[in-house]
Amino acid sequence: MPEYLVLLAQTHESFRKAELEALAVLENISVDLSSHDEKSPFLYVTLQDDDEAKRLIQRSILARAVYELWGKADSENALHEDVRHRSSSRFEKYKTPSFKFDFISHRGSRTKSQQRDMFESFDYLGFDGPIKMRDPDEIFTIIEEYEPAYHSNTDPPRLSHIFFGRFIGESQRDVVDKYDLKKRRYIGTTSFDAELALISCNIALAGPQKIVYDPFAGTGSFLVAASHFGAMALGSDIDGRQIRGKKARNITTNYDQYKLQSFFLDTFVGDFTHNPIRASFKLDAIVCDPPYGVREGLKVLGSRDTERYADKKPTVLENGDLSHLRPDYIPPKKPYHFDALLDDLLEFAARNLVDEGRLCCWMPTANEDYGERTIPKHPELELISNCVQEFNRWSRRLLTYVRKVREGDDAGLVSSHREKKVYSQVQFRDKYFSGFSATANSVV
Amino acid sequence: MKLLTANFVQCSVKACSATPKCFPLHFDQQTADVPLELAHEDVDFSPEFIYNILPRIDWPALLITARELGNNMLPETTPEIENPNAPENEQILRDLHTLLLETQIIQGSMRCENCNHIYFIRDSIPNFLLPGHLVQ
Repeated sequence: MPEYLVLLAQTHESFRKAELEALAVLENISVDLSSHDEKSPFLYVTLQDDDEAKRLIQRSILARAVYELWGKADSENALHEDVRHRSSSRFEKYKTPSFKFDFISHRGSRTKSQQRDMFESFDYLGFDGPIKMRDPDEIFTIIEEYEPAYHSNTDPPRLSHIFFGRFIGESQRDVVDKYDLKKRRYIGTTSFDAELALISCNIALAGPQKIVYDPFAGTGSFLVAASHFGAMALGSDIDGRQIRGKKARNITTNYDQYKLQSFFLDTFVGDFTHNPIRASFKLDAIVCDPPYGVREGLKVLGSRDTERYADKKPTVLENGDLSHLRPDYIPPKKPYHFDALLDDLLEFAARNLVDEGRLCCWMPTANEDYGERTIPKHPELELISNCVQEFNRWSRRLLTYVRKVREGDDAGLVSSHREKKVYSQVQFRDKYFSGFSATANSVV
Repeated sequence: MKLLTANFVQCSVKACSATPKCFPLHFDQQTADVPLELAHEDVDFSPEFIYNILPRIDWPALLITARELGNNMLPETTPEIENPNAPENEQILRDLHTLLLETQIIQGSMRCENCNHIYFIRDSIPNFLLPGHLVQ
């Protein structure tokens, strides 16, 4: 089977493999990604044919392009030797089609004339077809990488890798710019970075004919990302102001902006701990960034004052009206624990995801106390990836779970076997505000 | 709110969720403040999506909702469709598409048959937040 070179973006490295694995699942491609190296922009994969290579990365955000590998080496001379050795049987096939050469350099550069000299050094390929700069039949690409220059600027950079390949297909990396929050009409303080939202939706296997749900939708960052990939997006949030937006700027106008109206299912105002979605309705994926309460303390429906509604009677106003039927009624809310919310989320996912449906959920961690214990678990969900975005004193992780296949008559039924848990009194929010240093006092 | 959504939301009061009466929510009683308003909004037709979503639809509940909104045209049982792209299935899938995805409830109210709590829909967005006395 032919070998291909996937050129990867040098950003969010810990998400690259998870994204490609997900895309392989979506396209039903079996591929070994074990040689993936987070430090390198290159990944070699063996695939059936060009079509598989194209399909593997056509939705990718973190891959740039894929090439049929014709040769690889650590110097120009060795490269020519490898191309002759590895690919001479291919030369004949490309004798007559139109073509052009392309050049990509990592941590280095070459002048136009140096590039032309390089292109001409490949004259032994014997391509007789016309050279077309626009829309050629084939693009042959030279990709080189230099060693990082750590200490001096005086030494010439040293070539570490050089490749020659035939261009097969491009990724969707350019849509990151299209969805850039700076250009989005309706955003809020909790809007999620467009690139990572798109990656999350790739990992969640968002796609046509599927329903993707974000229970903490805010201004709808994950909804538009899921819809971009053709999924029907459903969102809810306890904060109605964010869901509704303003008259001329809201989630619907964002959908208009991206011309994705047909992929918008609905949004509703609701508290996750009192979710109205019926248990028997199955969702294909859940993608979310649960509120960890840095912007605002985490709140759910309920009252701090446990006695206040003990009689279970509605509040009657002086004029005899029931207060909760007034349009300006604001339901009481109480603080909640982030870990408890995560457990609720996993329980909901186990109940409402289709078999093999995915939950992609972001979780912040203070670096000092991150450990296995911190990752929430559920017997019906298998954790398949744990990608990390590092900040200075903290990081956030994208946890991806797959709903296990339900067996026999048990299908769709999950017993409620939750133990009563005691949640730690110190929350991420407290650590965030105390600079992650001394153990802060709890507010909950 | 689309009719598809009305087919998967129930009363969010915890005590109701254990009873069969919490679903579907009913459109049979509307208030003068928030009169029922429906609208048609175009959505690109995807026969595969409708086909894929059909087994997830609670058909008896859909019949109730459609009837309460003035549509008595639905068959009594879930249509059986094997191939979403077969020409003979196009009409039924298009009709379902129109009903489930293109019919918007712009405003109105939904009632839980168990606790009689009313959920309002305004500007197409339903509100499932609960007053203090209905939260456990």
